[in-house]
Amino acid sequence: MTTEITFPVNQQDLASFSKDQQEPKWFADLRLSSLEKALTLNLPKPEKTNITKWSFTDFDTDPKTSATGNFADLSDSVKTLVGEETNVQNLITQKNGVTTFSALNADLDSKGVIFTDLKTALSKHEDLVKKYYMQDAVSADEHRLTALHAALVNGGTFIYVPKNVEVTLPLQAVYSHEGSFGLFNHVVIVAEENSSVTYVENYLSEGTSAGASVNIIAEVYVENGATVRYGAVDNLSDAVTTYVNRRGQVNGRDAKIYWALGQMNDGNTVSENSTYLMGEGSQADTKTVSIGRGKQSQNFTTNVVHFGKNTDGQILKHGVMKDAATAIFNGVSKIEHGATKSNSEQTERVLMLSEKARGDANPILLIDEDDVTAGHAASVGKIDPMQMFYLMSRGLSKRESERLIIHGFLAPVVNALPIDSVKEQLYDVIERKVY
Amino acid sequence: MTKPNLTVKDLHVSIEEKEILKGFGIEVNGGEIHAIMGPNGTGKSTLASALMGHPKYEVTSGEATLGGENLFDMDVDERARAGLFLAMQYPSEVSGVTNADFIRSAMNAGREEGDEVSLMKFIRGMDAKMKTLEIDESFQQRYLNEGFSGGEKKRNEILQLLMLEPKIAILDEIDSGLDIDALKVVAEGINSLRSEDFGCMIITHYQRLLNYIKPDFVHVMMQGRIVKSGGPELAKKLEENGYDWIKQELGIEDETVGQQ
Repeated sequence: MTTEITFPVNQQDLASFSKDQQEPKWFADLRLSSLEKALTLNLPKPEKTNITKWSFTDFDTDPKTSATGNFADLSDSVKTLVGEETNVQNLITQKNGVTTFSALNADLDSKGVIFTDLKTALSKHEDLVKKYYMQDAVSADEHRLTALHAALVNGGTFIYVPKNVEVTLPLQAVYSHEGSFGLFNHVVIVAEENSSVTYVENYLSEGTSAGASVNIIAEVYVENGATVRYGAVDNLSDAVTTYVNRRGQVNGRDAKIYWALGQMNDGNTVSENSTYLMGEGSQADTKTVSIGRGKQSQNFTTNVVHFGKNTDGQILKHGVMKDAATAIFNGVSKIEHGATKSNSEQTERVLMLSEKARGDANPILLIDEDDVTAGHAASVGKIDPMQMFYLMSRGLSKRESERLIIHGFLAPVVNALPIDSVKEQLYDVIERKVY
Repeated sequence: MTKPNLTVKDLHVSIEEKEILKGFGIEVNGGEIHAIMGPNGTGKSTLASALMGHPKYEVTSGEATLGGENLFDMDVDERARAGLFLAMQYPSEVSGVTNADFIRSAMNAGREEGDEVSLMKFIRGMDAKMKTLEIDESFQQRYLNEGFSGGEKKRNEILQLLMLEPKIAILDEIDSGLDIDALKVVAEGINSLRSEDFGCMIITHYQRLLNYIKPDFVHVMMQGRIVKSGGPELAKKLEENGYDWIKQELGIEDETVGQQ
């Protein structure tokens, strides 16, 4: 069944927008062909969550943002996140897709590292962008939301780390969203042979938001012997419907990707995080924490797909559901035929704080190869009344006891996150969201 | 400062509609150590849990006051902040919360904002008490009771007792699962609290702990209430002769509350 859908953008608008941005022809063509596809393709079908009534196509197209490039003009919420201007290093901030500030260390340039907004990358490094943008990790015609993304992309960054370069300081991007703007944010990270980089991103809402949609796609390409650490804290408001898809294409031999995702949106969210382990001996480690509150419905699907021999995949997801929040935690470990000696493990745990909260953990192992090891664990439960009695018997209030239990529940993930700044930010967000 | 006082009168407690305590009464004052003894199944642990406010136990009648305040009007945490402490027989494990963080939070729970225990003072205090109890330093950063042996859990309960310095403590079978060396160490810790500002109720069915902590009063519990009270000599007599002579004296056939 196809329902009639309308987008706030037509072919002419899109063509003239692309022209204004002086985008290359291939990019403009991809936009136009994708807009057409978006009309006929279906929405994705996340396991166990029905998103057909969610609003992904109702938004404004005017970012209403003008950038001065001055740190002083950034909002307080962004400043709180990034700290003092004098301490800020390797940072790009964008609001509704418009770059508002950037501070990059000089040594990035001298080493050939690219960290810039997507628009600049398209004009200065067109060939590189073309080589990776929506190629192997994700393609425009997967479903309506990827097509819509390719058609309307209006923000994001491009990161390229050349062979043998180790970027020691994390690269940080803050993407803020305001009003009813439809943000289509795209991140591409390419780590060439034996390079390493840590990237941390924040999504946050500023001012008031009203019935908006945010559509995020990230593609990470990891070559031979390279390591990428990717940290994210999603913290968009309850008025924002989010589609977020973060994919890792781990092509290289012994290449590694570490995901550390804090999924703290207050609105309806469908999140996919997939890693394709192509290279022999490559590794993926995914750690996620989530807190659901209010009436939001969320779906978090993590896929690790093993193609290469001797590959290792780890998934660890912990979620806390309060109020009348609902969330589905899907973990899919897939070992393809030929991926001998591979190991895939996953754990999903959900703690529910109220009678109306709903959580579901679905560990799935799909294995087409005999010579492998795999394991999974999952649990869904409430706070143990005996734990509460014990903590309260030492004088801690009900609230403080719950707080300790929740932090304790999330600690195995938060403490193991490979990026300290993400750990600290998450701790703050957890504090705010739990109470 | 007035002396601590716990008074329990004609207490009746049920679990799942079944009456366990049937008219229990006691008065514990600062400076006093009371031993509550008795065979298994006579309601000793129920007494401890009910006074602390365990959610599964229902107080059907009777009263209990702590320093004159009605205990049963208070939530579990309020009872603790009023000065009641229960060293539990089976303390819960809480993953992800370190022992040190937990104990510090508990110490600050009874204090006003701005009057919290300083970190230095806390660390010094904790180090000293851990030394008294011969507890390994790694205890501080281990998750609360997680993976602790039976003996380690008991020591951790006593560590909390020493750190929190309550007015009245109830120790529920703190001696079970401890070898003789550990028993001596734990007894030494409890003895260090002895003062006019501290009253204690020790629940046990072995006399051996009382070799190291000399009680002022000994009570025997059967059928959900105290059936005999005396001084330290009563404990000695129980060790030598068991409980049968009391049963005979009182004409009791089944000393339990009928649980088993």
